[in-house]
Amino acid sequence: MAMAADDIVALIRAAIPDAHVEITDLAGDGDHYAARVVSESFRGTSRIAQHRRVTQALGGRMGGELHALQLTTALP
Amino acid sequence: MTDEATARIDAAVKGSDVLLFMKGTPLFPQCGFSSRAIAILERLGVEYQTVDVLQDQGVRQGIKAYSDWPTIPQLYVKGEFVGGSDIMMEMYESGELGQLMQEQGVAASAG
Repeated sequence: MAMAADDIVALIRAAIPDAHVEITDLAGDGDHYAARVVSESFRGTSRIAQHRRVTQALGGRMGGELHALQLTTALP
Repeated sequence: MTDEATARIDAAVKGSDVLLFMKGTPLFPQCGFSSRAIAILERLGVEYQTVDVLQDQGVRQGIKAYSDWPTIPQLYVKGEFVGGSDIMMEMYESGELGQLMQEQGVAASAG
């Protein structure tokens, strides 16, 4: 199963509206992505908390439909 | 998740200073993310234990609820969840992971 990069961006931005999201399709197969999510709203929160917000935005797809998403979170 | 699987996870987490839940074994990781996590632990040169979730469906599902984290690998140091392979990589590169191991008094590996 695969997901389009645009769908990943849309899901993340629906949950974290100010997020700047960069997606790289690592293998060109629509199944192995890297995402870099930058949001002011991450300020003062732990990396684990930041990653949880992104995975929650993806609504259970991570580890399932979306096997490989390498995730980096950062402040602007 | 069965209570029995949770109890086994809890015992494993509390029974090792550094524990990695992974797919496969350190010599034969079955996933790129698990492979990356092992490479980081090897670079740090710390003693660690691993649990192969592919050998145990109860643990494979249970660990996700245990940590409220949807993916594997998962690293625990002194019973605390540290993160998955991406967080491990960020913390390794910034020196925080080595620092955490030192602060927690984790033993260096023999090899």
